[in-house]
Amino acid sequence: MVKSKILSSRGHTGRVILRTTLYSIALLGAISMVIPFLWMTITALKTEAQVFTWPPQFIPSPFRFQNFIDAWTAVPFARFFLNSTIVATSVTLGSLLFNSMAGYAFAKLKFPGRDIIFLIVLGSMMVPVFVTIIPVFTLIRYLGWLNTYYALIVPGIASAFGTFLMRQFISTIPNDYLDAARIDGCNEFRIYFSIVLPLCKPAIAALGIFTFMAAWNDFLWPLTMTTTEEMKTLQVGLSFFLSEYIQKWTLHMAGAFFATIPVILVFLFFQRRIIKGITLTGLK
Amino acid sequence: MARKFSNLPKLNRKALTGYLFILPLISILAIFVLIPVGASLVLSFYKWDIISSPRFVGLQNYVRLVGQDLFWISLKNTLTYTVAVVAIGLVLALSLALLLNETWLRGKTFFRTVYFIPVITSMVVTSMIWSWLYSPMYGILNYILKILGLPMQKWLSDPKLAMICIILMTIWKFLGYHTIIFLAGLQGIPEQMYEAAMLDGSNWWQRFRYITLPLLKPTTFFITVMAIIGSFQVFDQVYIMTKGGPLYSTTVLVVYLYNNAFRYFRMGFGCAIAWVLFGIIFIVTLVQLRLFRELIEY
Repeated sequence: MVKSKILSSRGHTGRVILRTTLYSIALLGAISMVIPFLWMTITALKTEAQVFTWPPQFIPSPFRFQNFIDAWTAVPFARFFLNSTIVATSVTLGSLLFNSMAGYAFAKLKFPGRDIIFLIVLGSMMVPVFVTIIPVFTLIRYLGWLNTYYALIVPGIASAFGTFLMRQFISTIPNDYLDAARIDGCNEFRIYFSIVLPLCKPAIAALGIFTFMAAWNDFLWPLTMTTTEEMKTLQVGLSFFLSEYIQKWTLHMAGAFFATIPVILVFLFFQRRIIKGITLTGLK
Repeated sequence: MARKFSNLPKLNRKALTGYLFILPLISILAIFVLIPVGASLVLSFYKWDIISSPRFVGLQNYVRLVGQDLFWISLKNTLTYTVAVVAIGLVLALSLALLLNETWLRGKTFFRTVYFIPVITSMVVTSMIWSWLYSPMYGILNYILKILGLPMQKWLSDPKLAMICIILMTIWKFLGYHTIIFLAGLQGIPEQMYEAAMLDGSNWWQRFRYITLPLLKPTTFFITVMAIIGSFQVFDQVYIMTKGGPLYSTTVLVVYLYNNAFRYFRMGFGCAIAWVLFGIIFIVTLVQLRLFRELIEY
């Protein structure tokens, strides 16, 4: 087992000094990742007056929790949260279902044109959002879906990336497993549902997390598809919050706090799974 | 005999099942991706403001586009942004990944988690927080400058600095993500290679240059391509932090597109911008693929 790839030929003291320095750098970097969020929280706890002081106060006194209530009521946060939750959850569930079904078909079922169609699906993965957003906006308007959940959910369900991931994963399932079930008289849907899906748990978890995060954090799409306040998702709502209450930093930071802390808490709770999932999707 | 599904000849039944399984995905993909791609190309040859009917103008949108100063400014800004974010971001990420990969470094999970926190927070929230940090009067960054005896800056209000501010924030946000992927790549390099090299009396730089870097090529290539493609499409943070200003210094191509399509309702023109940007990304990616193929042959 190699002890160290760096500095194996230095003296012991030199090594300790260098390692300590490097470790401190890593630590400083880690702190800098968190400080902006700390500062956000501190600002959210201040009064207006305390924010506009020079030099800045590092510990607000007293703690002012009123900001959180003000932010919550200044814009319909509850509604924004609800919208984001509905949209993100629906997109994730729909995406997992449709993409795993298609992934199974592309991996294990035979039908004419299968490979060509799969290539087309892959090709669509390379189409950036800004290419399709104008025609889709027009289509959504035409369908009367503007400012409805449909516009936010349906287009997001079909993900070439998700299908690709599921197909790659499912193709590693041994065929004998499925053939045995077929001989027993199972139809394909039962095979998909009772055998393939349970075996796909890691891929489903990874894709689910990834899809949920993307849907929750999405901005350009909901910005374009919603013009009324009550349909805005959390991200769009926050951005309008900014333009409605200019320079009201305490309110902004309180709002940002609402939007961020649940996400950070969920992340810290599931972090191992999340990071593993993102690496998995990243490398595949 | 009744025409039931189970009575169909076996081959047809199999094919039908396959089609049924892909039907939901393919329908949505066709309606919301494939057809719109074609539609947007067609639309780029028309002039349309949504209210009146579209008017065919041929290549006029494209001609107008190259004649617009703001287009070239947007292109320049986008290129500056992309090069800075990718080059600096990846060098930092690789350095950090090398460090975190060291066996003597304790608390790997801690570091991985903390560096990943900005990654999972939304771009909107991050932009809000950093706008506050960059605030010229009461932001904490200017305070730090003051303590260090350096002149305070106008940051996002300064046409020369605004883009740098956005670049910095983006690098900060994605550092953890790129580091994790580099880490995964590093961990794929077998220990024995380093052992053998050390027995041969090599120093750290040699090991890095002749073992780590070459074996990391696929990972590096993948990250670089994805980062460049993503950076070309930057929108959220610009829209929130500067809206493209001040003085168009942060107007990037997607912001330019968005304004034309959804503020000025120049739908056809917007589509032309979209296809030009798409073409640029496509060519840049192809060039990278070609470069990579050459690099891989030694």
